[in-house]
Amino acid sequence: MSLAYLLQQLLNGLSLGGAYALIAIGYTMVYGILRMINFAHGDVFMMAGYFMIYSMAVFPWYVSLPVVIAGTIVLGVVIEKLAYKPLRSAPRMSVMISAIGVAYLLENLANYLFTAMPQSYPQIDILKHVYTLGDITVSRVTLVAPVLTVILTVLMIQLVNHTKMGMAMRACSKDQNTARIMGIKVDSVITKTFIIGCGLAAIGSILYFTDRNTVQPYSGSLPGLKCFVAAVLGGIGSIPGAMVGGFIVGVCQIAITAAGYSVFSDAFTFVLLIIILLVRPTGIFGEKATDKV
Amino acid sequence: MQKNKKISKNFILTVIAIAVLIAILGFLQADSINYSYAITIIERSCIYAVAAVSMNLMIGFAGQFSLGTAGFMCLGAYVAGILTMPVEIRDQVYYLYGMAGWLHDIRLPLIAALLVAGIIGAALAALVGWPVLRLKSDYLAIATLGFSEIVRAICGWDGLGSITNASYGLSNIPAFKNVFEAVGICAACIIVMLLMIHSSYGRAFRAIRDNDVAAEAMGINLFHTKQLAFVVSSFFATVSGGLLAVFLRSATSSTFTVALTYNILLMVVLGGIGSVTGSVVGAFLITGGQEWLRFLDQTYYIGNFQIPLLRTGFRMVVFSLLLMIVVLFWNRGLMGSKEFSWDGLFGIFKRRRKTK
Repeated sequence: MSLAYLLQQLLNGLSLGGAYALIAIGYTMVYGILRMINFAHGDVFMMAGYFMIYSMAVFPWYVSLPVVIAGTIVLGVVIEKLAYKPLRSAPRMSVMISAIGVAYLLENLANYLFTAMPQSYPQIDILKHVYTLGDITVSRVTLVAPVLTVILTVLMIQLVNHTKMGMAMRACSKDQNTARIMGIKVDSVITKTFIIGCGLAAIGSILYFTDRNTVQPYSGSLPGLKCFVAAVLGGIGSIPGAMVGGFIVGVCQIAITAAGYSVFSDAFTFVLLIIILLVRPTGIFGEKATDKV
Repeated sequence: MQKNKKISKNFILTVIAIAVLIAILGFLQADSINYSYAITIIERSCIYAVAAVSMNLMIGFAGQFSLGTAGFMCLGAYVAGILTMPVEIRDQVYYLYGMAGWLHDIRLPLIAALLVAGIIGAALAALVGWPVLRLKSDYLAIATLGFSEIVRAICGWDGLGSITNASYGLSNIPAFKNVFEAVGICAACIIVMLLMIHSSYGRAFRAIRDNDVAAEAMGINLFHTKQLAFVVSSFFATVSGGLLAVFLRSATSSTFTVALTYNILLMVVLGGIGSVTGSVVGAFLITGGQEWLRFLDQTYYIGNFQIPLLRTGFRMVVFSLLLMIVVLFWNRGLMGSKEFSWDGLFGIFKRRRKTK
């Protein structure tokens, strides 16, 4: 195994990890505020892939990007309003079941609207430009993904820690009732969280599918779960944690595939999850939470 | 005296209902070639009912949100499939990997094979439950979901090709002899779970569901109770997987994806979390519903006009929309946490009459 090969795989891993990280941030922020696993997030990400296919058929790429991001955000907010908001006061299990129902619906809807056949993802020229450096060949998206992820993560951290909206988000995640008493519009904060999460998922989907070339109705569910694992790994509720977790999951997946065990590339992520939950349930960056009776 | 009379009336009704069911099954079985479609639906529903009740035991009664059902079903399908496959065709099925020598000549009758599968599933559950059951709600859900993916990956791994036939899966598994065998085994499984739920163990399950801290204070060993619920539920999930393999006459790891777990979860939710009869009704409604809505998948023409929307895939969209409506507006499911009883059934009619 040459150094160039290793470097090549590492770059691929970081690129995949970048896409995972962006989706994981969506999970972690929603979980931080609503305390629920948004099982539908992976399928929202899949839908973003289809949006890109259809908008690229009509518009040039620089129009398509904002269209796709806006479309994904609208989808996410509609899901939140219709499927999660009515259950705000219901037990946590009902909300989780509702999320699973939405995931099921989105998959079937995609199956109906876009057929079960994998559809080829449009090539965005500026992302597909290939660099060759000795034995290493990388497309531009491989280099852009990790950098963009880091930039967006830093922006998110600034947003959460240094703006009024971020302060409201932190207040809601600590204690929703008290936040409401303090005059924070909890529902609007939750909507904003979904807007951010879905926007990032749209960007993540562009980075992810550009490298993978095809989209099919079920291509969101497993990556979605993996991204949740990434969020848990980094410490749920922590944005830098989600980024680090995303990179770890991405690099591990590529490493296992490169080692010839591609059958286990999905399973390994979950082994990682079980280990981290046992050794350090709060994740790498997570805060220690105390249970009150 | 009054009470005795009531019990005997319900008892007679139950006996009549069972007799009618057996008669219907016998009628279908007698002409099994013409009614094969109906038999298929009944068998599939019964098998899913076992899986749904086993999941309900864990989610609805013990209150532990475990989503590992598909993994255990996968395990059961493989164990039961390997053990019941006729010895003479094994070389043909395993033509690529060659079947492991120690396993090659072991063949068991269906019930024994299902028991072995169940015991292996229960043992694995005990092993996995030891670390995993310390987790709570969503973490438990995602960890068990992950476990199920791990099992699936192992079953499809070519390193174990001489046992599981890797990605080729198992085929030529002998089918059920008749509809009674399938329905009978399923009914027996559900009855055992019902007995479990009505025993003192079942009350302990409900205690930890309603308030784990209070239950612990009352002297219930939280961890052992969770472990017991998980082991029993996994036993029957594994058995249902074995039944599914016999029903399909094949087993491949790609059948047992997360989507299967979600499907069974939706049966539990539709029927009512915490109701055994609800889960059975849910299994029949969802399996049957997917068949009855099949007309939505076909394109129809009135003259030259094609009815809009109807084409492949529309059935599942309508179906998942219906499910979402149940989840959102009727989130206690059809039965809530109540069980079916004759008094309850007549109660509905009486109330109707009164309101008129």
